[in-house]
Amino acid sequence: MKEENVIEVNQLTKTFGDFTAVNAISFEVKKGEIFGFLGANGAGKTTAMKMLIGISKPSSGTAKVAGFDVYSQTESIKRNIGYMSQKFALYDDLTVKENITFFGGIYGLSRKKIKEKREELVSELGLENISNKLVGSLPLGWKQKLSFSVSLLHEPKIVFLDEPTGGVDPITRRQFWEMIYKAANQGTTIFVTTHYMDEAEYCDKVSIMVEGKIEALDTPKKLKEQFRVDSMNDVFLKLARIPSPTLPKGNGENIDRN
Amino acid sequence: MKRFIGFIKKEFYHIFRDRRSLFILFGMPIAQILLFGFAITNEINNVDIAILDHSKDASTEEIINKISASKYFTIKQMIANEAEIEPAFKKGKIKAVLNFEKDFSKNIIKERKATIQIITDATDPNTANSITNYVNSILQNYQQSENKSIQIDYQIIPQTRMVYNTELKSVFMFVPGVMTIILMLVSAMMTSISITREKELGTMEILLVSPLKPFQVIIGKVVPYIFLSVINAIVIVVLSIFIFKMPVQGSLLLLGLESVLFIITSLALGILISTIAETQQAAMMISLMGLMLPVILLSGFIFPISSMPVPLQIISNIIPAKWFIIIIKGIMLKGVGMAFIWKETLILIGMTLFFIGLSVKKYKIRLE
Amino acid sequence: MKTIGYIIQKEFKQIFRNKGMLPIIFILPILQLVILSNAATYEVKNIKFAYIDNDHTSTSRSLIEKFNASTYFDVLTDFPSQEKASSAMLAGEVDVVLEIPHQFEKKLLKEKTTDLSITINAIDGAAAGVESVYVNQIVQSFNKDVKMNFRNTSNKIAQPVTIESIPSFWYNTTLDYKTFMVPGILVLLVTMITLFLSGMNIVREKEIGTLEQINVTPIRKSQFIIGKLFPFWVIGMGLLTIGLILAKVIFNIPMIGNIILLYGFTSIYILVILGMGLLISNFTDTQQQAMFISWFFIVIFILMSGLFTPIESMPKWAQLITEFNPIKYFVEIVRMVMLKGSGFMDILPQLWKTLLYAIIMNGLAVWSYKKVN
Repeated sequence: MKEENVIEVNQLTKTFGDFTAVNAISFEVKKGEIFGFLGANGAGKTTAMKMLIGISKPSSGTAKVAGFDVYSQTESIKRNIGYMSQKFALYDDLTVKENITFFGGIYGLSRKKIKEKREELVSELGLENISNKLVGSLPLGWKQKLSFSVSLLHEPKIVFLDEPTGGVDPITRRQFWEMIYKAANQGTTIFVTTHYMDEAEYCDKVSIMVEGKIEALDTPKKLKEQFRVDSMNDVFLKLARIPSPTLPKGNGENIDRN
Repeated sequence: MKRFIGFIKKEFYHIFRDRRSLFILFGMPIAQILLFGFAITNEINNVDIAILDHSKDASTEEIINKISASKYFTIKQMIANEAEIEPAFKKGKIKAVLNFEKDFSKNIIKERKATIQIITDATDPNTANSITNYVNSILQNYQQSENKSIQIDYQIIPQTRMVYNTELKSVFMFVPGVMTIILMLVSAMMTSISITREKELGTMEILLVSPLKPFQVIIGKVVPYIFLSVINAIVIVVLSIFIFKMPVQGSLLLLGLESVLFIITSLALGILISTIAETQQAAMMISLMGLMLPVILLSGFIFPISSMPVPLQIISNIIPAKWFIIIIKGIMLKGVGMAFIWKETLILIGMTLFFIGLSVKKYKIRLE
Repeated sequence: MKTIGYIIQKEFKQIFRNKGMLPIIFILPILQLVILSNAATYEVKNIKFAYIDNDHTSTSRSLIEKFNASTYFDVLTDFPSQEKASSAMLAGEVDVVLEIPHQFEKKLLKEKTTDLSITINAIDGAAAGVESVYVNQIVQSFNKDVKMNFRNTSNKIAQPVTIESIPSFWYNTTLDYKTFMVPGILVLLVTMITLFLSGMNIVREKEIGTLEQINVTPIRKSQFIIGKLFPFWVIGMGLLTIGLILAKVIFNIPMIGNIILLYGFTSIYILVILGMGLLISNFTDTQQQAMFISWFFIVIFILMSGLFTPIESMPKWAQLITEFNPIKYFVEIVRMVMLKGSGFMDILPQLWKTLLYAIIMNGLAVWSYKKVN
């Protein structure tokens, strides 16, 4: 593994029965990069991501995350990554502070560190007034920001974000990306899936998955040049238009939910 | 109407797609009724007892032989002195000790009278009592054979006739109870959970903003479960007839209709629970913790209601299962018709309407 | 260790914050213990009794008077005919009908013996058996009276042999059912609460999606599971404590044995149940499924535990099944320790089996809990 690569994926494949959800994908992510992992719903993004974060075993291929093997060293991977899932996954029936304390605790941060982080986080997000409120009562935008911050709590090398901005308003999305930039500037690698193509423009490098395969992999600028279009949206539309005789409709969606 | 049927279809798909739950729903009642039909009995059989024989003579030997020949008792051990009784009870190995006095035969011959002490472990009063009764009847029997030569005068002999269950099979008592428990809990639990589940997942709101009326939504959710429960009821009745040889003295049709009524009562209760509970967890805990023990204990399933303290007899009236058990026993074992069970039927109908009315009211309050 | 502490803290907060669940966990079981323990009695009393007197003599009347005086029978009414009596029995108004035949007194005087017809509703076979015993006892004692009345001179030609039996009811001299039932029902409630809560807990996080968040953290399986189960273990022990206090204060149930022994056994027993709940949680996808399965097992466990019906009376194969029923052991131990004062050596066999059970269940649960799929 080269020094600067924090994720190296080679021919990674996941099959469910005779359906191939992720078909021999390969790519590398450098340290501090914002890596956009794009694709339509059901293209296999979430499945691929779950293999990288160590909660789904690959069928074949190899991958290293933060220098650890996704087959044998999943627990070491977990120590070095943060994850924010598509589904909001903090505890609705705990307060903001309690959620932070809990996740800090299970990542093994010291009591003092948790306290520091908690105060820092609450003030950064401007949650001082509601830090003792149940998370369930917060608006979605705040929940998402909170869950991103929680995923950074233990200062991971890489953060995986699965459709982090789904369902939030444009202003919040904007703020969210500011948080992402800030984290990247501090040296955290960001691995983000999205199907908002305007967000793809913010990434250092993007890959576009279509039906389990990576069909494009480069910087947004180069991709636009390659496809001779003005926006990532058009790049995506060009790729997605490739007909797919092999795959029955609707199959992909089921897999994504796994 | 078309929309409504479409909705019911959706509910059926939900149920049938979840193979595991389906297997549980149908497999469980069958397994339970078979297991309990065979296993549950409050008769006393093969009770392990010990003998403390201070005489060891011909008479005690004869009595001991009679006792060991009886199906009620198994003589587990012979003990030598009183000191051994307590440890044996504490280990829980034996339930009773028969203590024959010294010079048993001698006393019979000389004084025409001998004494046996029946020491029972009365932590279980029922078993203790039954053991005492059975030992006594064996002793009676022995006495009579000893006294054959002596004519006893002025004797009234009761001729006892056991009706509806001549062989005193406890299956006859328990199958209706098990059937009631299964129907009640499955129906109430399934509906309450499936409705709160939609509430929790947020899909209930989607249904409520659809052009379907709220009561259509609820009925749509309930219909598939009526169907499932009816199948369960049929399976249980078939099993009890063919495997446990339960008679159906009365009308099978009436039995069917009453079962449907009871299923609807239980579903209505399930709906009521779902209006109270916010989460699936709460719905389940209410329908399981809240219903299971009261239904088992206060319905007359195992314990006779007439022996309970008066306040509990009064409380038992609000348990729908009590009335249904009276109805099925009446139809299956006594062969009665509507003329004898109209009161119970009306009570069940009344309870159903009450549950539904209360649910509608609770539901409206929430919407406002 | 510290990590486990955070999980435990979180679970407790969630439990005590859920205002809807708290009364179900704590109040409902206590109410049930207090109320339902009174219901569980096999005692047969208040027997609904009716008679048909076709004789109308002083003898028949004094026989009826005997029944009237008994505390077991509620003498309801006399019926003019057999038909009326049968119909009342069909309607469930009467359970025992005594019919005194024509010429009852005359026949008794002339032939020294006469029949009496008794009809008993035998749907509840056990109760019918007891009712028949009571009837016989009354008739027997009436026989004695008759002898006294009709025979002026007692001819002591040959005295019959009598074998007198002296019943002696140990540990529960008054044959009080509550002494028997309260400990048993307490066991049930502790079991139900801990099984349902633990069975639903992890599958609930699965459904909400928070379990995935936990799975991407470096937390160890065993830490997570211990942290999750410990709060329920505490709740189980707490319920036991409340129940034991109520048993003493309200029902005056004795505590003859060593209470520490009882707590020791319970602490292992709850582990069995929690392991079982966790196992169910692992193998199900929704709370609904988890609940059905827990329900299935709990009904079997309850009815085959020897709590309400004796295990010795079951067929051999069913007795074999009860060997795998943890509630059976708990019911036995609670009754043995509380009521008989059984000691450590007495309960050792059950203790071993329960310990083995706990190890197997929790082993399986930890093994089948998968952070990776």
